[in-house]
Amino acid sequence: MKLNKASLFALIAVLELANDPTQQISTTDIAEKYGISTHHLAKVMRNLVHHGLVQAVRGVGGGYSFSGNLKRTTLLDVIQIFENLESVLDMPNHCITEGGPIIAELQSITNEIDNLTRVVLETITLETALKSAMHRSLHANTPATKS
Amino acid sequence: MNDKIIIRHAREKDFDAIIRIDAEISIDYYGTVVDKTTYWRDIFNYYVLREKDKRLFLVAESNKEVVGFIVGEARAWEFGSPLCGWVFAVEVSTQQRTLGVGQQLFTEICNRLNQIGVSTIRTMVDIENKVTLSFYRSQGMRTGRNIELELQI
Repeated sequence: MKLNKASLFALIAVLELANDPTQQISTTDIAEKYGISTHHLAKVMRNLVHHGLVQAVRGVGGGYSFSGNLKRTTLLDVIQIFENLESVLDMPNHCITEGGPIIAELQSITNEIDNLTRVVLETITLETALKSAMHRSLHANTPATKS
Repeated sequence: MNDKIIIRHAREKDFDAIIRIDAEISIDYYGTVVDKTTYWRDIFNYYVLREKDKRLFLVAESNKEVVGFIVGEARAWEFGSPLCGWVFAVEVSTQQRTLGVGQQLFTEICNRLNQIGVSTIRTMVDIENKVTLSFYRSQGMRTGRNIELELQI
């Protein structure tokens, strides 16, 4: 599975902000920390605001803060704002009847993969992901995600 | 986190509470009560009344009432796997959800299995059972080395 950039940036931003819901961070700070495009991230942030996961804080020291539900929001909830994870077989002609059973089998296999992917992402809440990241950070002796 | 929870081995007198909690979960999951009394009787006989070294049926007690339970055991060479712990049921009364009861049960069974040499815990959960899947993930569990396969016959 390859997430599109918007989904990836959204996950990074939401997790970064959810790590401390009291903090406000600017798009520039998040983009610099993770080496991603500020311009692209700004677009992503507007979408996240629209879906109630983050809120814009105006004025000096403004930026964004987390406004979602840490225990209820899953990784899939964030990703689905930006993309549909359902695999599509890129067939040049969907009307080839002779290839029906083979195509159906290939579609069935991709559906199986999609279902597993969906279940993994749907059962990891932001809280669980952050807890796991913190655990990883402590064990790897690397800097925590919290700035 | 509920600090009044006591985790202990199940006793014969806990059986009715197990049935009651399982009925609550049944309604949550199936939309109706599925009578599994016979199943739980067999499990109880096997895990509660017989030797308990490698078989664990723990209950969570709050104010002298059983509010949750977890069942598991240590097994070696099942599906070719060296000694590991299997947890095959964890249920918490609907009134006691989100208070940390499940977490305490899971932590305790992990500790007890670890004491008898287990370093890996496994379980299987229905792909549609998002609540239980999310719970196990929140405890740090990840997709493991075994893939469950099935065939309709």
